[in-house]
Amino acid sequence: MAGLLALLAALLALSCTVGTRDVGWADIIAALGGRIDSIGQAAVSVRIPRTLLGLLAGAALGLAGAVMQGVTRNPLADPGILGVNMGASLAVVVGVAWFNIASAAAYIWTAVFGAACAAIFVYVIGSLGRGGATPLKLALAGAATSVAFSSMVLAVVLPRNDIAGGILSWQIGGVGGATFERILPVLPFLAAGFAVSLLSARKLNSLALGDETAAGLGERVAAARAVAALGAILLCGATTAICGPIGFIGLIVPHLCRVLVGVDHRWLLPFSALSGACLLLTADVVGRIIARPAELDVGIVTALVGAPFFIWIVRRQRVREL
Amino acid sequence: MLSPTLDRIIGSRRRRARRHVLVVAILLVFVIVIFVLTLSLGQSFTRPGDVVRVLLGENVPGASFAVGQLRLPRAVLAMLAGLSFGLGGAAFQIMLRNPLASPDIIGISWGASAAAVFAIVVLSLKGSIVSIFAVGGGMGIALLVYALSSRNGAAGTRLILVGIGVSAMLESFIAYILSQAPAWTLQEAVRWLTGSVNGAQLGQALPLLMAFAVFGALLLSRTRDLEALRLGDDTAAALGIDVARTRIMIIVTAVGMIATATAVTGPIAFVAFLSGPIAARIVGNRGSLLIPSALIGATLVLSGDYVGQFLLPSRYPVGVVTGALGAPYLMFLIVRANRTGSSL
Repeated sequence: MAGLLALLAALLALSCTVGTRDVGWADIIAALGGRIDSIGQAAVSVRIPRTLLGLLAGAALGLAGAVMQGVTRNPLADPGILGVNMGASLAVVVGVAWFNIASAAAYIWTAVFGAACAAIFVYVIGSLGRGGATPLKLALAGAATSVAFSSMVLAVVLPRNDIAGGILSWQIGGVGGATFERILPVLPFLAAGFAVSLLSARKLNSLALGDETAAGLGERVAAARAVAALGAILLCGATTAICGPIGFIGLIVPHLCRVLVGVDHRWLLPFSALSGACLLLTADVVGRIIARPAELDVGIVTALVGAPFFIWIVRRQRVREL
Repeated sequence: MLSPTLDRIIGSRRRRARRHVLVVAILLVFVIVIFVLTLSLGQSFTRPGDVVRVLLGENVPGASFAVGQLRLPRAVLAMLAGLSFGLGGAAFQIMLRNPLASPDIIGISWGASAAAVFAIVVLSLKGSIVSIFAVGGGMGIALLVYALSSRNGAAGTRLILVGIGVSAMLESFIAYILSQAPAWTLQEAVRWLTGSVNGAQLGQALPLLMAFAVFGALLLSRTRDLEALRLGDDTAAALGIDVARTRIMIIVTAVGMIATATAVTGPIAFVAFLSGPIAARIVGNRGSLLIPSALIGATLVLSGDYVGQFLLPSRYPVGVVTGALGAPYLMFLIVRANRTGSSL
């Protein structure tokens, strides 16, 4: 835990200092003190909210992924693969294009609503019939839903040249262009999501034993699932509302953390949040470095790293479990 | 003198073959009718007689431009792309014995699209060399997905999951390249993400036609072997078929035609996935699905493009229409497989 916190602190510092423009230490320290007298200091002061957003979004996505894998008992669960992020982004796009939503709070409510609808839809489709929600069925239902939603996003956006460019670049997913004013309204949602998710750790531990055993231990299975999923949906929806859909962080992080701390959700969930923040900040810093002078959006970096990881998990699983 | 039983078998086989020919003929007529309809319907109506005269090279005032310059290239490209996607997709589905194993779901179309985008945007290439890149990309991804998923047994489900992962990666690769493009326009982005026949030119049709003719002929010459593969690899081997060689042949030809089409129109969403199952509904077990699937593919793209252009409140590229059509079907397939408890 301490090591992870130290890593996170180092990444936070790195994220504030590394970028397209090289900035000297004097300027960085001055900017952290709130001064924007030189270009270097101004650049750093732009990086501070970006870093904060990266921290929050990464923690939210990592935690949401861990909760989803616990709720569905599915190693492939991830807000991106299950189509939850895409649902949030479709809702936002529809809201912007047809209902002229503009306030940050409206954005977030719409995104959370979309995420919830998509999550329920995918889970119902994936778990109909015998065998329940197997990884394959859930992943397929999620992939199909994602494709359908991204078709619909295009269908909504294409006739609207005024908003198309902005929405399509938001669709890639990134933390660039963050400001404190944009981050502020999302904080209550994230706080609620973090609280609900972290508090459901014990319930997720019971669920991990299987539905019957959990029921035998006195757990109300359906209610426990619903509450935990609500926490994850709040986190995904709120994150997608400001960053756009960022995939694969929720997939990778819980697997790594299980190696580190085992399967107890009381440890796994906080660790996933911290590691998620580390991963997203790393992806953001890497994206700023490798494509200089341009930047690579976080959504692209995580997909390029995350998809091979997804394949690795698929290969590692025994055939029977698939 | 033949025994009456043998007589009956031969008779029913003949009937089946006749019915298959009949179905193919009806589908063919259907495609031709839709083709002519999309040529004569548009912003303004052109009489089918005038359309035929334009096609024969006559100069018909008021129709030559609309039909010859605007609608014909579009319709020809849509038809060829549909034929290629339908045939290639069905070949994959039959070979892997799984409707989900179509090239657009397991990432092959994305591979072709990514390679084409890379060639056009980063290397500033044009014309047929882009097709070569696309074929290379599609082939490379096919090999990669196959290699990553082949381990003892049950390669089917793993193949699909690996394909989904590869697709996600390629999709974001395409999004990245497009976002780096100096003059990235929405239309181009849409073409490489969902497929479109906007801005079609007749010259683009030639490589497509050639690829379809060559690869299609090679693929169709293997129809019998492919049908045998449907029974399972072991049975096919017992029937005297070189399974590995047939498989390679089918992969090369199917990927070849799909990638060439993708290089021109982009990966038109779900056509490769939908054509085979629709054809199976129509044909039943009366014969090979390959030719009917190709014709269904052409129907889907032609009518999808028409719907996208004229029947919706604003103009959409064909990929958006087929994507909206295909996703519910994919879900239906998942739900149905869940209900019957069969493996996907």
